[in-house]
Amino acid sequence: MTDSTPSEGAAPEGAASEDATTASGAAIRPSDVASPAGGASTEAPSAGRSAGRVSSGFGRYLLRHVGGAAVSLLLVLFSSFFIFRLIAGDPIDQLTRERPVSPEERAAMRAELGLDQPMWQQFVDYLTGTLTGDLGESFQYRRPIFDLIVERLPATLLLSGTGMVLAVLLGFWIGTRSGWRQGSRFDRGHVATGLVLYSAPTFWLGMIVILVFARYLGLFPVNGMRSPSTPPDFWSQAVDIGHHLVLPVLTYTAVVYAGYLMIMRSSLLDEIGSDYLTTARAKGLRDDEVRRRHAVPNALLPTVTLVFLALGSVVNGSIVTETVFSWPGLGTLFVNSIFYPDRPVLQALFVLFSSSTILTVLCAEILYWFIDPRIRRS
Amino acid sequence: MTTTTVSPRALRRARRRQSLARSWAAYRAQRTGMVGLVLLGVIVVLALAAPVLVPESALSVTQATGGRMAPPSADFPLGTDETGRSILALTLWGSRLSLLIGLTATVVAIVIGTAVGITSGHIGGWYGWVALRLSDWFMVLPSLVVAIALLAVLGRSMATTITVIALVSWPGTTRLVRAQTLTVQSRPYLERAKALGAGHWHQMTKHILPNVLPLVLASATLLVPSAILMESSLAWLGLGDPSVVSWGSILNRASDSGAVSAHAWWYLLPPGLAILVVVLAFMMCGRALEAVFNPRLRGER
Repeated sequence: MTDSTPSEGAAPEGAASEDATTASGAAIRPSDVASPAGGASTEAPSAGRSAGRVSSGFGRYLLRHVGGAAVSLLLVLFSSFFIFRLIAGDPIDQLTRERPVSPEERAAMRAELGLDQPMWQQFVDYLTGTLTGDLGESFQYRRPIFDLIVERLPATLLLSGTGMVLAVLLGFWIGTRSGWRQGSRFDRGHVATGLVLYSAPTFWLGMIVILVFARYLGLFPVNGMRSPSTPPDFWSQAVDIGHHLVLPVLTYTAVVYAGYLMIMRSSLLDEIGSDYLTTARAKGLRDDEVRRRHAVPNALLPTVTLVFLALGSVVNGSIVTETVFSWPGLGTLFVNSIFYPDRPVLQALFVLFSSSTILTVLCAEILYWFIDPRIRRS
Repeated sequence: MTTTTVSPRALRRARRRQSLARSWAAYRAQRTGMVGLVLLGVIVVLALAAPVLVPESALSVTQATGGRMAPPSADFPLGTDETGRSILALTLWGSRLSLLIGLTATVVAIVIGTAVGITSGHIGGWYGWVALRLSDWFMVLPSLVVAIALLAVLGRSMATTITVIALVSWPGTTRLVRAQTLTVQSRPYLERAKALGAGHWHQMTKHILPNVLPLVLASATLLVPSAILMESSLAWLGLGDPSVVSWGSILNRASDSGAVSAHAWWYLLPPGLAILVVVLAFMMCGRALEAVFNPRLRGER
């Protein structure tokens, strides 16, 4: 969702950081909710208490958010156990679908996987295992899942990291110029293009991109990350990976950049018409300078927060793109594990994807303390 | 009729009609919103008329008459798939499923989101706190990951697809509604209602809900496209109901049967463009609605 309109942009209370976690929620959060009797009782006290003492404010702020994240992480572990052990049923049935198994063999397999233990024991084992990095073994590859993840993480980070940087730069650049000249041909054209690309399903866009650039024009490889024939030295490998990277990154960026465009545009629109811009113009600054040195820095604040929040999706945001291009990353691993079915891998990746998002949101909130002085003062 | 006294109900109805007319005028003034609305109208009519335009037998693999992945021809204006079925027929019929799932999932999500949002904002206390934290937690979780994980263990059917999509999309509405509930609650007329002895139920349904609804409507129009996109992604990954035809499942078959390497552009373009157009139309309507309820976005300075 691009809820393109953090319109009430400045939510000046302690709640501001929470607003940042949700683009849409921020849109209409009232700026003075502290008055009604029952409703706001949840936030009001903490905001009130931390008001006077600035020095200990950060400690309390940090503690509150770290605590919240810890609870969220615990909930993720609970829910993954619930989903994959309780709803999903007996993994032995799935493991032994194709061959007949004697009851003794079944019992041996259950003992090996720890399924003969009572449920609470299984949960404790699962918790300690996950926390110590022992994620179990993949059914599909017969290898520790931890190694699989470590092996595939770089490919995912390369694809979505590159795509994300490009999308943010492109979105900011176009968004700033669009917002500054609202209603111009540039603005309308770019907003329309962005929205059309944003409406395209990622997997379909990827297929079309492959069809046009790889099949018809033959400019880029169809899928994968490297060709087997490339010489093993560093530079040939780098060029080869770069060559393979172009189409996936193109697809990823095309779908995502419109979100940043709209956010940057609307937060610039919030600044336009402010008195300080009139002052800047009255000083005789050129239009370009007013935009670059006065409007953009202020408009960046809400946008940068959103970028930090979006960083959480670097690990899991490219699942579909990776699958279209058979990119050997975590997303492809996740999708392939659905159909094997390789439940330990699904479970481990579910936890990894969810917890990475929770941790990035936490980092964004902590960073927000330093970026936005309003939180410190509240 | 000669009565001069106006009943409260008639008054209320007249006022509603008036504000509706005002909103409609504001909406009509926006060209993109109108374009989106017309597009949606055409698509909905086509989806409803699909059984009349193309008999259902056109979807049957055994009764297919065309060649294998044949390019567009006079008989098959959009070509055929790997079993010889008309792509045009598939795309037409696919619209029914994609729209149905997108709309149902959104309605479910909106109902849950609104109920939780209003009650958590109005009642507050520990219940409000728990509801807020829970929706926060759901909001942070990556929705596609959760949807895939749940579908992988729950099995593939239309009902599970709808449930899963609704489950990942309600928290946005909750936050929106809760925030709006808190503003509405601080208004004097609610104090008046309370002083006159209105109970929680009366306050929530008669005073808060009508004030929250316009916003909910605007956010719902923006939820539908994301639900449709989510459905198509899940179906393309092979997690859709195997017995029905939706745009995502058509594209799933296209990738499985090697349409890309066969250069079968006619197989890929129609369903994908259909998704794009529907999503775009909903987004245009949603943005226009947002502007109606939030005049600052209309570009008036």
